[in-house]
Amino acid sequence: MSLKGKAAAIGIGELKPVKEPGNLTPLGLMGRVAAEAIADAGLEKKDIDGFLVGVPFADPGMIYPASAAEVLGLNVRMLNQVDIGGASPAGMIWRAAAAIDAGMCNAVLCLVADLNARGDQKPPVISVQREFEAPYGNVGANCGYAMIAHRHMYEYGTTARQMAKVAVDQRANALKNPLATFNDKALTIDDVLNSRMIVDPLHLYEIVSPVTGGAAIIVASPDVAKRSKNTPVWLIGAGEYANHSTITYAPSLTESPVKPAAEAAFKMAGLQPKDMHLVCPYDCYTITVIVTLEDAGFCKKGQGGPFVAEHDLTYAGDFPCNTHGGQLSFGQPGLAGGMSHVTEGIRQLMGRGGERQVKNASLAYVNGNGGIMSEQASLILERRS
Amino acid sequence: MSEYFKPLPKPTPTSRPFWEAAKRHELTIQRCGACQKFVYYPRDRCPHCFADKLAWQRVSGRGKLHSYTVVRRASIRSFGDAPYILGIVELDEGPRMTTNIVAAPEKVRVEMPVEVYFDDVTPEHTLVKFKPA
Repeated sequence: MSLKGKAAAIGIGELKPVKEPGNLTPLGLMGRVAAEAIADAGLEKKDIDGFLVGVPFADPGMIYPASAAEVLGLNVRMLNQVDIGGASPAGMIWRAAAAIDAGMCNAVLCLVADLNARGDQKPPVISVQREFEAPYGNVGANCGYAMIAHRHMYEYGTTARQMAKVAVDQRANALKNPLATFNDKALTIDDVLNSRMIVDPLHLYEIVSPVTGGAAIIVASPDVAKRSKNTPVWLIGAGEYANHSTITYAPSLTESPVKPAAEAAFKMAGLQPKDMHLVCPYDCYTITVIVTLEDAGFCKKGQGGPFVAEHDLTYAGDFPCNTHGGQLSFGQPGLAGGMSHVTEGIRQLMGRGGERQVKNASLAYVNGNGGIMSEQASLILERRS
Repeated sequence: MSEYFKPLPKPTPTSRPFWEAAKRHELTIQRCGACQKFVYYPRDRCPHCFADKLAWQRVSGRGKLHSYTVVRRASIRSFGDAPYILGIVELDEGPRMTTNIVAAPEKVRVEMPVEVYFDDVTPEHTLVKFKPA
């Protein structure tokens, strides 16, 4: 059983993130990016017969997919909420392909949008986290990633300068992305290290910025894909894995479930990390990129620091990585964080990367990450010539 | 005594013995009668072997600091008195715990030996923290 080549992404819609929500609503944003994605695919709303949606932090509710489908006026044969945190968008792509492969539907709308939620508007965590984490101030994602970073530095000698390099190269990519939140000023390693320390050892520029935004992707069957006006981008590998929620209880702070997720994806694709032309690893923090590249097999365990220091991670470099700027420079729109990695992988393979187009790119590795290095969803995408 | 604004644990039927022991300044965690592994946080069933044989056992309160961070700016208002040290302690018995390290930030190192410190934050609540051993 494989999803290799069973479905393709044929349309994308994405909002340029904004800092303040203003008069925007999550459902309003969803309608906008859904309409853009459907038009981009060359389809009409009536062609959409499958619907996967993330529940926005800013508008939580029960039985969300049907409510959102009603607002958008969809008539669908399959609908579901996907809740694997920041891995939700990547997780939607293979779930859509599985529904298509099962014959349940032909064109699935994968949709996320959220407002810039303030700390006290974030959804409640489950009872064990309220009881055993929050009293000690283990709240939000910053703390967990900071502890991962310290442990990585201890075990492998990873340095602050190596981590900062990730933010610097991704910012260089963002300068060529008109949709990125931070695309007006280059960063240097010293800029990153001189920015305010928020959670030792992570500085301000190593931490995502919450924004308002959203994106939608149309995943279609081979028949529908053949008729699309866009170059289809095929899903040829997918893998998912989770074994913890709070990093305290993970088997390891430094070796993550990215490993089994990526291994499954590469196995399905019949390819190896070295075959990829670009990578879009989830980057809520600089350390996240380093751990993901190691666990996905782009370098040896513990060598992520030297690897990012020695390679040029820009769109023009020898290892194009998060060519849209990553969430660090694109922004993280609540639950929709993680969608920009998927849209960028698709956009590049469609040949729509604009000024930041990676030359001759036909294979991309995309990874979605939820919680504190917990839920992981890896995708291998291909443009066929 | 000033009022305490931070989140406090609300014990459940499953976890109550842990917090009651903490009030007595004892660290007790669960151990599985089937696979003999220690378990933290409290559960109803062993997460290792799924047996229904968890029993409470007093443990040493000694361990090593697996990792930590100095939180300079907290993401919720009630921790506005940052900086504070958040840590993951690996107990000598095996399980890891989220906790606070009661020490000056510059004295804290990954893998340093630590021992339990009971912080009676309110008359009703004792939190399980650690200090350098």
